[in-house]
Amino acid sequence: MKNAVAQKVIEFLDQTGRLAHFAYRFFKQAFSRPFEFKEFLRQCFLIGYNSLLLVALTGFIMGVVLDMQVRPTLIDFGAVSYMPALVGISIVREIGPVVTALICSGKIGSSIGAELGSMKVTEQIDAMEVSGTNPFKYLVVTRIWATTLMLPLLVIFSDAIGLWGAYLVESTKGDVSMTLFFDKVFQNLYIGDIIPATGKCFFFGFAIGLVGCYKGYYSKKGTEGVGRAANSAVVVASILVFLIDFLAVLVADIFFEI
Amino acid sequence: MVSSTNSVHTSARDSGNSGQSPLIVINNVHKSFGTNHVLRGFDLSLYPNENVVILGKSGSGKSVLIKCLVRLVNVDAGEVSVLGKSITDLEQKELDILRTEVGFLFQGSALYDSMTVRENLLFPLRRHPDRMRGQDPEMLVRNALKDVALEHTMDLMPAELSGGMKRRVALARTLILQPKIILYDEPTSGLDPMTANEIIQLMLKIQREHQTASLIITHDMDCARVISNRIIILYQGINYAEGTYDELSQSDDPIVRAFFKEVQKPDS
Repeated sequence: MKNAVAQKVIEFLDQTGRLAHFAYRFFKQAFSRPFEFKEFLRQCFLIGYNSLLLVALTGFIMGVVLDMQVRPTLIDFGAVSYMPALVGISIVREIGPVVTALICSGKIGSSIGAELGSMKVTEQIDAMEVSGTNPFKYLVVTRIWATTLMLPLLVIFSDAIGLWGAYLVESTKGDVSMTLFFDKVFQNLYIGDIIPATGKCFFFGFAIGLVGCYKGYYSKKGTEGVGRAANSAVVVASILVFLIDFLAVLVADIFFEI
Repeated sequence: MVSSTNSVHTSARDSGNSGQSPLIVINNVHKSFGTNHVLRGFDLSLYPNENVVILGKSGSGKSVLIKCLVRLVNVDAGEVSVLGKSITDLEQKELDILRTEVGFLFQGSALYDSMTVRENLLFPLRRHPDRMRGQDPEMLVRNALKDVALEHTMDLMPAELSGGMKRRVALARTLILQPKIILYDEPTSGLDPMTANEIIQLMLKIQREHQTASLIITHDMDCARVISNRIIILYQGINYAEGTYDELSQSDDPIVRAFFKEVQKPDS
């Protein structure tokens, strides 16, 4: 039993070290020539544009559900006029970034893990290497850059759709005009809400890209390994999203006194 | 333990290539994966215009051996020299340049799934523009595909090709950088005899037209018979036996004979 626990701890530390080294490799190659700009743009399209519908749907449901769940309580306290402020702050600060990042961990993390994993087991990565191309730069650097830059945009889009969903509930149940609703939302949003919320999205995107690429790039054991790479990319990226969120709150508390 | 002194030396190497310096020299190479010692002092020389076939049981380290030649796998000990350069000592940049001189045909073709056939061929070319020799890349792609009689597949995705077509496109991608040496990892595996024969004829044509030297790993004895100038049997990590197809096929050694005998029907 003790041995099994020790083995798990060693394995965890080993994996953490390897992931850190993988991140180091990324930073070492991320700013040096040649830049695979075309592949980067392709990845931005695949990661960003192809996730829009899913992110819009979840964002809309998030806004509607949040508003409908909180509304009765605020009515009880006679504070229903605070509804736009509450929904705005909740969505922009926390729910929007975290829910979108988790959705993207599932969609983007698993697809990167599976794609690179299958390239690994079918020797496509080796084929790139023997043709004198740097596969790390072409496959990994472009994907991590793309997730890092696309996730904040997806979060902003999801927040907007979420707020619109909340407004639809408010306008149906409370007869609130669009101008009044969004006026109240933006009156109560401060720079201390927006900067940390947007800043952490870059880290979420980086973590999702990094873990997806790492798991795929080093996948083993044939097709079984591809499935495992996709699965563990989602699990590890989701955990990292929560860890980053926790650290972001601590850091934001120091600088913005939230 | 059988020693490599059992080997039969081929006349092709001793006479035909005398005076020429080898393109590849492998000297006393060792490679282990944990406790599994795959290579235990393997030696090989490959001369210009020569086709050397390496035979060995599954898991005997044949694929590892050719991966060592392009440093996809690092050797534990011994010397690997390709085109006069010690592969183990090269910086990454020098290695990348050397790799363009060595074509590698993977067992499963390893075409890039997300790219069309044209993009597959353009991929190495765009990264090594010096290899275009001032020619239009589109023209080079067209010519490479013409060489393998697949010009019409230019805009197809790899998933739309048959196994034999994939192998030929992979060969065209290998050829586009005009390598001096081609390494073939099981070029006919998984193909029906007719398609396998087409691939073998293509390999011979390529060697004739492009003057390449080839190192071929195969289980296909027809391929070995037709294409080889010399065969090396890799057994227990060493070059157990060496000679031409005819010489080895007449060997009395039971291990060598095992590669050449036909599969017997069990007695009823």
